[in-house]
Amino acid sequence: MRILVVGGGTGGTIVANNLARRLSAEIKTRKVRLTMLTASDRHMYQPGLLYVAFGQMTPDQLYRDQKSLLESNIDFHVDPVEKFMLDQKRVQTKSGKTYDYDILVISTGSRIVPETIPGMAEGAETFYSEASAVKLFKKLREFEGGNIALVVGVPHKCPIAPVEFIFSLHDYLKMRGIRDKTNIKYHYPIGRMHTIANVATWAKPEFERMGIEIETLFNVKEVDSENKVVRSEEGTETKYDLLVAIPPHKGMEVIEQNNMGDGGWIPTDRYKLTMNGHDEVYVLGDTTNLPVSKTGSAAHFEAEVVAENIASIVKIGTPVRDYDGKVYCFIEAGHDRATYAMFNYTTPPDLKPASKPMHWFKTAYNQMYWTSVRGLL
Amino acid sequence: MSTNKVIDACGSFCPGPLMELITYMKQASVGDTLELLSTDEGSAADVPEWVAKVGHEMLGSEKIDGVWHLKIRKAK
Repeated sequence: MRILVVGGGTGGTIVANNLARRLSAEIKTRKVRLTMLTASDRHMYQPGLLYVAFGQMTPDQLYRDQKSLLESNIDFHVDPVEKFMLDQKRVQTKSGKTYDYDILVISTGSRIVPETIPGMAEGAETFYSEASAVKLFKKLREFEGGNIALVVGVPHKCPIAPVEFIFSLHDYLKMRGIRDKTNIKYHYPIGRMHTIANVATWAKPEFERMGIEIETLFNVKEVDSENKVVRSEEGTETKYDLLVAIPPHKGMEVIEQNNMGDGGWIPTDRYKLTMNGHDEVYVLGDTTNLPVSKTGSAAHFEAEVVAENIASIVKIGTPVRDYDGKVYCFIEAGHDRATYAMFNYTTPPDLKPASKPMHWFKTAYNQMYWTSVRGLL
Repeated sequence: MSTNKVIDACGSFCPGPLMELITYMKQASVGDTLELLSTDEGSAADVPEWVAKVGHEMLGSEKIDGVWHLKIRKAK
């Protein structure tokens, strides 16, 4: 049995390590070969970018060598896939090598595409990459007061990030003594200030307490950096001195280039996590087209289901359980408080008041993540 | 040529049905019809509100076996 994992982010790494342990005997006796193909020899803890944007972490703290995170019985290659030949159960990599598989796991993730909104790439700051997060921190450090606007592209990874950014921004400006010289305006695409109703119910009075202006039903149409104005599809506009954008996302180009899903999102069965029409192809994390948050948390819980099912197919010939839509997201509410949202396909999140212990837990998790991707937590 | 697409956002608390609709609306061409399936009671109100504000066309809204079926045509 040849199991091939394509992509080494949170989902791919957890699924590979989980399989490596569940199938250690089969790998040792060569009944199973477990291979991972990735685009990078480094692994980034992406939630840490928020802290980089506020000078609380430096980029080097966000990385580990990918190989150091993997079980030794995983056949690991930095050689990204360029062609998926699903009918032949084969992929071809950038180096020209081909890999045949019996079971394929696709966890290639997503990418930011600010260039799809006119002016956004040039005119807005963001924190969804190492370079942009450092640049934003430098801008914030130089900022001496004025109007800061936050706008949100659709779809986007980590849907809680816009709320967390505002909390952290408020505290950062207070610490610098310039909060009273700064107007903060938060814009959101739908008719309430967060897509999760309970998050909106919790965060709205918090934003009001902090003096944050809120405009809902604001989908970014264009950024006019010459006049420092951002305009919406809905016909409104906001002037700014510093514009921060949660950029829109797409799936990886290789998915679109292989005609495997519009926007780079692969049509996926919401319970089995298999690609529609291909029962031997599993999809997880940001790569799916599921109506589930694009977060490491979703990828984590999906990876556990995928690994358990693939191992069961090897051992007893059938998968054993379904994905229930589980997601657990920490929500940083400033520099010293946090809460969380946990939900699945049938149960909405029940938000608790933000607390210091939950912030400490999140701070600890920033290090525990490395245990998590090794499949130990 | 216009197409019809069904978006199954049942059970989605995040990103949620309206955010899913906006995602697929960006991928669609003018004239395409999107049918959003939602188990969120709020969709019956917040989807038509957004569609009207942006200037698309609401074609229909009905609840069948606990699922809202909201049909929208991309107009711009």
